[in-house]
Amino acid sequence: MESAKKMDFSYFPGCSLATTAKESNQALIEVCEKLGLNLIELKDWNCCGSSSAHSLDQKLAFRLAARNLSLAPSNRPLLVMCPSCLHRLKLAHKVVSANPAARAEEEVRWGRPIDPGLKIVHFFELLSGIEPSRLEAALARPLRGLKIVPYYGCMLARPPSLRKERNYHGLIEKILSSLGAESLPWSFSARCCGTFLSAARPDIAVPLVNEIIGGAVKAGAECIVTACAMCQLNLEIRCTLKDRIPTLHFSEILALAFGAKGSKTWFRRHLVDPVPLLKAKGLIRSQADEKRTSSSISSFLVI
Amino acid sequence: MEKNALPSTLIDLKSCDRSFHEEVNERSGENVGLCWHCRTCAGGCPYVKAMDYHPHAVFRLVQLGLRKEALESSTIWICVSCNTCSIQCPAAIDIPAIMDALRHMAVQEGVKIAQPEIVKFHEEVLGSIERYGRTHKLEIMMRYKVRMRQWFKDMDLGLKMLSRRKLDLKPSKIDRPEEVSRLFTGSDKDGKR
Repeated sequence: MESAKKMDFSYFPGCSLATTAKESNQALIEVCEKLGLNLIELKDWNCCGSSSAHSLDQKLAFRLAARNLSLAPSNRPLLVMCPSCLHRLKLAHKVVSANPAARAEEEVRWGRPIDPGLKIVHFFELLSGIEPSRLEAALARPLRGLKIVPYYGCMLARPPSLRKERNYHGLIEKILSSLGAESLPWSFSARCCGTFLSAARPDIAVPLVNEIIGGAVKAGAECIVTACAMCQLNLEIRCTLKDRIPTLHFSEILALAFGAKGSKTWFRRHLVDPVPLLKAKGLIRSQADEKRTSSSISSFLVI
Repeated sequence: MEKNALPSTLIDLKSCDRSFHEEVNERSGENVGLCWHCRTCAGGCPYVKAMDYHPHAVFRLVQLGLRKEALESSTIWICVSCNTCSIQCPAAIDIPAIMDALRHMAVQEGVKIAQPEIVKFHEEVLGSIERYGRTHKLEIMMRYKVRMRQWFKDMDLGLKMLSRRKLDLKPSKIDRPEEVSRLFTGSDKDGKR
């Protein structure tokens, strides 16, 4: 696989993956490497505008997204990880590809061409196009019946103008089951996490988050696997339940299954520590084990 | 019966603003008139308890031309545009697009904002984008807490996030910040904000 030519993608991390969810960013890069995909970060990308720009100023929201489109080289698809950034970029791209005058105006504004045929893909779209046999070939650490509930948040809900795009509901459970996890049914996989209300009105976000995590615990899950970095953060910071379970990024758990190296540093960044669970499941080694093996040749063997 | 003797729940159709409906349609690119008040939006909305009017009820206000009531409702600010409503709406109305239009009108017309804490948060996010081209979450939250005079609220959470390196002390900046900052000032700025 290593010798095969890697497929190039422009990569838009967005503000969450660049800061609060760096662990998801690193995990994604490692996962893509294992799958033979080469991510090239979009040079000088800016914030997509998120909820705040479109809430207060439509033109600003469009122009912030359009600048990113003007930075994307036309010879490779643009990969986006954050569902919110994906919506903003796709909506803006829909406008520039359907309206040549709007595109020309943005091209003048940024002094760069915008490719009306640019392909903008979410990580899920990318994964769904990969042969299951390739995923299984990359499997280094089977997930040993780890009980998960998949959490998509509102990423699968879309405005009517994007409604006819393909839906990737079911992808997390399908892939993680094939890698050895056990996915449980539950009621909150598409419930909104509270987004910015977690900062501006925590009194509204807390009961929502508690309902989601309480539902996961009731379903018998050992951890929640999220599609979106903001959901992941909200579930970690706004849960006030005593009985809570770790929330892992989908990219993180994939990277773990594929035997990625960086996972030790990511797990330290969680506010609800997933290390005891992952150790109990035998998915990561304890420090004592690390010390024991580090001096011997066996440390070079993957578990 | 004299006008001021009417109970407040009655709507005086003479005082309704007929142009409002058209204006909202034009700004949102949607047709508010398509809403027949089946209430599916309210049934699915995770935030409906925090709203003064259910989403469809805001549209009723628009249909009736009750400009002030619609623009001063808390609903338009509580809505986070999660689209749970719009995928369920049998008329396929882009409900968040209409909420966006109402938010813009509320700010531009300078009406009483029902949720100033939410608007201030959005302003801090946009301020960060103006300065750096990206959002700097630590600074956004600190400036926001100062503005809201919530000096110690979430302090423990902030410290915990810092200790886990969830928050960066320094902002991540773009190489050509003037390309983005000119969208906020100068000739590229659009309308009042």
